Amino acid sequence: MNEQNKPLLELRNIQKDFFGNQVLTDINLTLHEGEVIGLVGENGAGKSTLMRILFGADMIRETGGYGGDVILNGETVHFSSPFDAIAAGIGMVHQEFSLIPGFTTTENILLNREPTRSNVISQIFGDRMNTLKRTEMDERAANAIEIMGVDIDRSMVISDMPVGHKQFTEIARELSKEQLKLLILDEPTAVLTEREAEALLESIRGMAARGIAIIFITHRLQEILSVCNRVVVMRDGYVVNESPASETNVQEITRWMVGREVKGGEETSVSSRNTETSKTILSIRKLWVDMPGETVRNVSLDVKEGEILGIGGLAGQGKLGIPNGIMGLYPAGGTVLFDGSEIPLNNPRRCLDSSFAFVSEDRRGVGLLLDESLEWNIAFPAMQIQNRFLKKYLGGLIKWRDENAIREITEKYIDELAIKCTSSRQKAKELSGGNQQKVCLAKAFALNPRVLFVSEPTRGIDVGAKALVLQALKNFNRESGVTIVMVSSELEELRQSCDRIAIVSGGKIAGILPAASSVEELGALMLSQVI
Amino acid sequence: MNTDKKEKGRIGQFIESFGLPRLIITAFLLLLLILAPFVGADLPTQITNIIARFSWNGILVLAMVPMVHSGCGLNFGLPLGIISGLLGATLSIEFGFTGGLSFVMAILIATPFALVLGSGYGWLLNKIKGGEMMIATYVGFSSVSFMCMMWLVLPYKSPNMVWGLSGKGLRTTISLEGYYIDTLARFLRIRIGNLEIPTGTILFFALLAFLMWAFLHTKTGTAMTAVGSNPTFAKAAGINVDKIRLLSVVMSTWLAAVGILVYEQGFGFVQLYMAPFYMALPAVSAILIGGATVNKATIMNVIIGTILYQGIVTMTPTVMNNMVHMDMSEVIRIIASQGMILYALTRKTEGAK
Repeated sequence: MNEQNKPLLELRNIQKDFFGNQVLTDINLTLHEGEVIGLVGENGAGKSTLMRILFGADMIRETGGYGGDVILNGETVHFSSPFDAIAAGIGMVHQEFSLIPGFTTTENILLNREPTRSNVISQIFGDRMNTLKRTEMDERAANAIEIMGVDIDRSMVISDMPVGHKQFTEIARELSKEQLKLLILDEPTAVLTEREAEALLESIRGMAARGIAIIFITHRLQEILSVCNRVVVMRDGYVVNESPASETNVQEITRWMVGREVKGGEETSVSSRNTETSKTILSIRKLWVDMPGETVRNVSLDVKEGEILGIGGLAGQGKLGIPNGIMGLYPAGGTVLFDGSEIPLNNPRRCLDSSFAFVSEDRRGVGLLLDESLEWNIAFPAMQIQNRFLKKYLGGLIKWRDENAIREITEKYIDELAIKCTSSRQKAKELSGGNQQKVCLAKAFALNPRVLFVSEPTRGIDVGAKALVLQALKNFNRESGVTIVMVSSELEELRQSCDRIAIVSGGKIAGILPAASSVEELGALMLSQVI
Repeated sequence: MNTDKKEKGRIGQFIESFGLPRLIITAFLLLLLILAPFVGADLPTQITNIIARFSWNGILVLAMVPMVHSGCGLNFGLPLGIISGLLGATLSIEFGFTGGLSFVMAILIATPFALVLGSGYGWLLNKIKGGEMMIATYVGFSSVSFMCMMWLVLPYKSPNMVWGLSGKGLRTTISLEGYYIDTLARFLRIRIGNLEIPTGTILFFALLAFLMWAFLHTKTGTAMTAVGSNPTFAKAAGINVDKIRLLSVVMSTWLAAVGILVYEQGFGFVQLYMAPFYMALPAVSAILIGGATVNKATIMNVIIGTILYQGIVTMTPTVMNNMVHMDMSEVIRIIASQGMILYALTRKTEGAK
């Protein structure tokens, strides 16, 4: 590589906060022509935010811009929209495809940049009416595909293609832009088969040889080692390590990714109990769940009575699918034994009748009646499932809502969980995220469950509320003896609250460790079977 | 200065909560009432008209409530329920029931039709979640057209109902004289000078409105509101969403059937063929004027809306015609009702999640 030359891209002291929440701190990064760097880090490490800054995404500007400089070709640039970034020679391939299903490969590659010829109609109505030069389009598409070094049918309609080819079409679209100098690939291999991924890596090498710089984001560390010149590891908004790919290995990168810097006395208090001897209350065998983006493939898991079991793993590996599948919100199969008797799947009612409760990760979508009062939110499931908070008339024929009992229980939980609200009749949508989460917990607590599934309990809430929510869960477990299964993307949170932690990777349980295990051990499991 | 601002804020808040269109319509109605004596209309007669029309239409508007609560939107398919009611009415006459008994029998006969048609309608609406109101409109249209054929073909024999010459096929308008005309209105009727209050009809409406209010306070009623508010939440709480929605559609259809019978007993005629076609929009419009949205409606919305809407319908012909000597009533009524529906539908996104 031509290290001596002026770098193509330089990031200096990039800073970014979302409403006071620091997500990027002092990021420095240089990139030369034809260089491939691998960018790795856990979910939430700040990779996407950094790439968004680079690509001039609207969302960055809307949330108050960023600090530091982006220097491209020796000039400080400030992109105000992705169009500026594209014009400056930056291309990005997103994880989700943005292709038109009914168009051919060529049409998709050159969409809105087609070479055109004017005709009679366009003379009158303007350039939008120009005729497309089909042959030239075909040539340009062919060129772009050739750079990748793969063979895909240019006249095939996108909807007929295997995913791999769709991914290549996306990349070809970026390559067909003549000014392209820097290509950002955001987990391009996530949807590919091993064979296709191999072809993609090959084409990355080919592109780099033609002088295009590439930033490659992936969770598959092996790919990084095989194709990148350098590996940049991010964690909690910092670049924690940068080293040549030839001088490192998977274990080392994993440690950098998940390892916390142990500052004196700040090691989190781990209060796990040994629950090996307790009886198994819930036994899951060969569970599969068809939850989009969180597919569970084959999970077998035993939950002990009275414990807090944590389920961790990277996003998209299936950890969220487990509670959603058991509770019947997504199609599922397999067997779930509770206290020795089988719980039928795909039937929310039967789960709830067997005294399960679930706090969903989708607070606003599943967890709350946003337009109704807190009273309704908290009392509703208990009323419907256990016939509580009802007055019965005419021998049970009429089941009348008992407003007083409902207010009483709501006020009890408002006090207990310190829910900030104007009254128990306030609408749920008017509360802050943290308080809404507490309402979701109160709703589940009011059911007096024997097993409580909690999914991402601290997602999107501030630090103070986080601690309160976790403490509330812990108290509920200790005082009422309720078994809790807690799914979270934050390892640290699981280590603080749980007794054991099961790590999900590739839709399967990669391993179960005591909560006292080191972050490195857990991190290694997280990446072990990533698909 | 400061208090001025505060005052302004309070007025703004009031307008916000009451709704600007509702405010305009209320003001318009009040203006009409004030103008009435000056243009030579007799105020007590006008008020009698408003009350009477309120009593006829109240239940049809009430029929909107269950489906709004369960998230099925406004029941543009009201004609389906009305047809059940018409079947009840015509069959009751055909079987030879007279007087008050014919009214009771009409309701009893209409009920099975309403249950069966309502179930089919509800099943259909469960298949097309998200597009309920559009499908409902076409269910209304097609059922009316279908019945236009059936009224001719069905073997009705009663000489009071069939065409005089051919002796078969039902007439477009059937007089209820001798059957259930004013059956409810006569009960405890109050007369003060020119003012007349059909107490019985109002009591009957009050009874059904109370039952609806009570239902919404029961376990199932609570579930219905929750289904409308957030179906996923309801599903996660173990509620069979489709069943609750079906129940709401059946309730709405049955109320429409009873509603049309009550309307007929006040109006004095059974209207067949295209008549049911014109019943859905005024009812939808009335509940919206009353302050309901596509996914929230209360009994109060029903009462206020029906009074406002029917008030305008009765007052505009008399007052406006006397003033401008031109028939403006229909135009104003159409602008008010269609405009209200349009307004409510554009606001749908705000209420939605």
